[in-house]
Amino acid sequence: MSGLSQRRGTRMLFSSLDLSLPSGRALLLTGPNGSGKTTLLRTIAGFLKPLSGTVTLSGAGDEVDLPEKCHFIGHYNGLKASMTAEENLRFWQRVLASDHAGDARSVNDALIELNIEHLADIPAGYLSAGQQRRLALARLLLSPRPIWLMDEPTAALDDAGTRLVVALVDRHTAAGGLAILSTHLPLPVQRGTGFDMRDALREREEAVG
Amino acid sequence: MTAFLAIVARDIRLAIGRGGGIGTALGFYLIVVSLIPLGLGPDINLLARIAPGVLWVALLLSALLSADGIFAADEADGSLDILSMSALPLEAVTFAKMAAHWLSTALPLVLLTPLLGLLLNLEGAAYPTLLLSMLVGSPAVSAIGAVGAALTLRARKGGQLVALLVLPLYVPTLIFGVTSVEAAQTSPAGAAAPLLILAAISLASSALAPFAAAAALRARS
Repeated sequence: MSGLSQRRGTRMLFSSLDLSLPSGRALLLTGPNGSGKTTLLRTIAGFLKPLSGTVTLSGAGDEVDLPEKCHFIGHYNGLKASMTAEENLRFWQRVLASDHAGDARSVNDALIELNIEHLADIPAGYLSAGQQRRLALARLLLSPRPIWLMDEPTAALDDAGTRLVVALVDRHTAAGGLAILSTHLPLPVQRGTGFDMRDALREREEAVG
Repeated sequence: MTAFLAIVARDIRLAIGRGGGIGTALGFYLIVVSLIPLGLGPDINLLARIAPGVLWVALLLSALLSADGIFAADEADGSLDILSMSALPLEAVTFAKMAAHWLSTALPLVLLTPLLGLLLNLEGAAYPTLLLSMLVGSPAVSAIGAVGAALTLRARKGGQLVALLVLPLYVPTLIFGVTSVEAAQTSPAGAAAPLLILAAISLASSALAPFAAAAALRARS
């Protein structure tokens, strides 16, 4: 990321933000509500056009379309209430399928990994918030993508679920993947670097003042 | 291609399944058409004369009823964000959703039309041309509706706004749809020209609408 700036409405959230993340590292974004964690993640994911600056993935060539290299876990889980857990995952597997080889897991394995295999035939609408979140996280395993963008991935999860997220991120970074997480909890991920969104604003104020 | 077909298949399933839009659209079509004879009285000659126009207008309104939901559900549950991260271009995603809307909503409405023609004493000879005009013209209905739905996604009461935006754009489809039926009544060959124009409108809007809808989706934030 170089020189990245973004605002919501008239409020500047961050400007000239320079961050680089070597492969195999996790970046933990912290900061109070409204400090721009979600906006930063959504900008990287390509949902928002940056006011200025660029996000690049080095070593992937110039032609690469960054969102295709990312997984995004947002506040909403992207599940259809009337479809079963398994059908939801099968749909996302077909939509997100990528051609580069890697350890893409089957829907069944992903469900087992997230400890929700017993819910496979239940419509997603009947699942609890935490179970739906686990189902959304299972999407990460269906198609291998180098960058994981996770916006408060542990929201609604129990302790075991939180440990599961940490384990998934650790395994992803151990395999050379990148993960950028926003969180309010001190997640004990290995190879993690913290970044406080307030610093992004402070740098700007110093530059202005 | 797998991703494209997956989106089409999912949207059709969601439309037909519980809580989907197809039941509402078919019911609305049936009720609007059956209200007409009640309002105009039992003048069967009058009904026969206005039947093609009434059926076309009712079809447009019914299709529009579900068109505003083409993207709304996916936006609300976050699916639209994830869809945009697929290797499939967003234009192909919007085209898939238009195709699914046509297959799951517009097509069943067209297939219900012969039954409703009976309610309006539609002349027997007019059925083939009317159905053909609806088959040929309805892709435009789904395509233009999807653009309206994408544009009003973040607007409050988006559904009502879609109607205001999109109904004027249905005018050419409606005119040539009804004209083809009238032309067929004078001479069977006369319907060819309006039907071809209708086909052109459908092809052009199906080709351009995915780009317009995708641009609208990208600009939403």
